[in-house]
Amino acid sequence: MRGVRLPEPLRAEIRAHARATYPDECCGFLIALPDPAGPDGPRTIVAVQRAPNEFEGERRRRFVIRPEELRAAERAIESTERVVAGFYHSHPDHPARPSTFDAEHAWPWYTYVVAAVTATDVPALRAFELDAGTREFREVPLTASVPADPRVTENLRASGAR
Amino acid sequence: MAKATVKIPTPLRPFADGHAEVAADEADVGSLVRRVADTYPGLKRHLFTTDGTLRNFVTVYLNDEDVRYLQRDATPVKDGDVVSIVPAIAGGAPPARAQTPPTMLPVVPNAPSDALDRDELRRYSRHLLLPEVGVAGQKRLRRAKVLLVGAGGLGAPAALYLAAAGVGEIGLVDVDEIELSNLQRQVLYSSADVGRPKLEAARDRLEALNPGVRVVTHPGRLTSENALDVLRPYEVVVDGTDNFPTRYLVNDACVLLGKPNVYGSIYRFEGQASVFDARRGPCYRCLYPEPPPPDLVPSCAEAGVLGVLPGMIGMIQATETVKLLLGTGEPLYGRLLLYDALAMRFRELTLRKNPACVLCSPTATQHGLIDYPAFCGVPAAGAAPAGDGLPEISPEELKAELGGDDPPTLLDVREPNEWDIVHLPDAHLIPRGELADRLNELTGARRLVVYCRTGGRSSQATRLLLDLGFSNVRNLTGGITAWAQRIDPSLPTY
Repeated sequence: MRGVRLPEPLRAEIRAHARATYPDECCGFLIALPDPAGPDGPRTIVAVQRAPNEFEGERRRRFVIRPEELRAAERAIESTERVVAGFYHSHPDHPARPSTFDAEHAWPWYTYVVAAVTATDVPALRAFELDAGTREFREVPLTASVPADPRVTENLRASGAR
Repeated sequence: MAKATVKIPTPLRPFADGHAEVAADEADVGSLVRRVADTYPGLKRHLFTTDGTLRNFVTVYLNDEDVRYLQRDATPVKDGDVVSIVPAIAGGAPPARAQTPPTMLPVVPNAPSDALDRDELRRYSRHLLLPEVGVAGQKRLRRAKVLLVGAGGLGAPAALYLAAAGVGEIGLVDVDEIELSNLQRQVLYSSADVGRPKLEAARDRLEALNPGVRVVTHPGRLTSENALDVLRPYEVVVDGTDNFPTRYLVNDACVLLGKPNVYGSIYRFEGQASVFDARRGPCYRCLYPEPPPPDLVPSCAEAGVLGVLPGMIGMIQATETVKLLLGTGEPLYGRLLLYDALAMRFRELTLRKNPACVLCSPTATQHGLIDYPAFCGVPAAGAAPAGDGLPEISPEELKAELGGDDPPTLLDVREPNEWDIVHLPDAHLIPRGELADRLNELTGARRLVVYCRTGGRSSQATRLLLDLGFSNVRNLTGGITAWAQRIDPSLPTY
C-alpha cells in the first residue's frame, strides 16, 4: 500500500473548494509527479485542479467528471512529466469515507481523496485506493510532508500553492 | 479489417503489461476493444460489466469523437485510427436521509442511487421486459435530455410519451397561451387550461404523469441570439414548430451543435417525419435549401388540420427519439416518411445529403445562425403583420363606414368552409387563391375592404389588388377575429 503526500497548501485549496460548493459536492483532479520509487513508492501530489461537477441531478451527494474534462486535463500536462494521479471530491455532511457508489465507479491505480464538509468546517481529508482484486476501497496513509525534491517544490510553486 | 491503435488509460496499464497503447486489426470499435480485453484479460472487469457491455463510466473515443455520437460499438475503424478509452469519474456521498441535519451522519448502506428504485422497476416493467431496453436502457432514458421546440400539435403528444417513457429531462420552448381551438389536437392540455401559458400547463401535466421527469421550460421565442444556448444542453431536439423561420433555425442550430433533429410537420391530412443528423445523413436544408414563398404554404390556423394527425406524427417523433437514446433500431436517417391519413398510407422517400448544402457540406458557406425571418421572407415573429405601407382600416373605423352613406364593399378572401363558420353580412367571398382569376366579380366595387381570419391572407390580397390597379383597397386589421372581439361579440371565433 503506497502512501500519498498531499502538501498543506493543496489541502487548503481542496477545503476552500469544498466550502465554496457546499452543500453540493465539489470535485477535481490530483496531479502528481511520477513516482520515483516505482509503482509502490509514495505518490506526491504537486497540484490540484478544480473540475466542474457535471452530475445531472442531486449534486449534494453525487459528482461526475466527464471524460472530456479528464482528457483536457491530461492534455494540458502531457508535455510535462506530471500526470493526473487521482481525484478529490467532498461529502457534504457525511464522513470522509467512500460510499458504495464511490467504490462501484472507481478505477484502480488512482488516488481518491475524500473531504468531509459541513456548513462550517472541513473536518477531515482522507485518501483511498481501489483494490483491483476485490474492487473495494482501502484507505492509504495521507501525509502533508513534502520531500526535499527540487522538482516537487518547483511544481508546487508553479501550481500557485504557497 | 483495419490496423488501429487502442490507447490504454494510465490506471489500466498495469493490467496490459504496462503498455500505453496496443495495436490490433479489427473492423469496428467494439471488436477492437474486446480484442484488447481478450489479449489482456485483467482489463475486462474494469471495462465491461458481467453481462459483457461496457461499464457506464467507460467512454470510448475514436480519434477525437465520442463513439456514443457515432455508431457506438459498430463504428468502423480505418488504418491509423486511434481509439482511446477514457474513464468518466463519478462518486459521492451515500444517499441522504429525508432530512439531512447539519451534523455528520453515519454512513447508511443503501442501494447505489443510480439503480432503478422499486417504483421505477414497476413503472417501467414493460420496458424492462424488452431486451432492447432493459435496465440499462431505462437508466439511459433517465439520464437523457430532450428538447421539444414547440408545445403544440406535435410537441404535445411527443412530450406525453417521452415523459411516460421516463426521459429524465424534457425541455420545452413555446410562447403561446392555450386557446380553445388548440384542444382539438393538443392532448397535453384540458379545457380548464384555456388561457394559461402552455409551458405552465405542460409542466403540471407532465410532472403529474411522471414525477421522475424534470421539465425545464424555456419561455420566449427561439431566436438566432438564444438558440445555441438553449439547445446546447440537450442530446436530441424534437422539431414541433409551425413556421419556416423557426424550422430553419432549429435545423441550423442542430447542425452547428452536432445534434440530431427529429423532424415532423403536418398539413391538413398529411404529415412528414424524418431524423436529420448532418453527421450521418442529410439535414433539413439538404431537403429544402430554400423556404417556399411565404404565401404559398398556409399554417394550420389558415388551412386546418385533422386533430389526430399531429398525434400520429408527434408519436413517430417520440418513437425516433427513444430509439436514438437507446441506440437501437433503424432511425429515419436519410428517409422522409410521408403519411396520408385519408388514404391511410405510409410512403418513404430516400433523402441524400446535398453535396452543395450551404450548411452541412464540405463546401459549406454558412457557419453560424442567420436572420431567419428575412431568409424566409416573413416578418419577425411577434412583429406587426405584413402590412407595411398597406392601407389599413380598423374594425372601429369599418363599423363607422358601414353605418355611413357610402359603405365600402367587403371582400372575404378565406376558404368557403371558413365562410360557413362565420362571415360579415353583405360580404363577397373570393378565396385568395382564386382572386386573380375572378377579378371581374369586383368591377363594380369602387372602395374595397378585404378581410380574412386574422389579417395575414387579406394583406396579401390587398397587395395583389393594388398591384393590379385597384386604387381604393384597405386591409381589415386583425381580420374577422378582431371584428368579433371588438365590435360584435355574438360572432364566433375559430
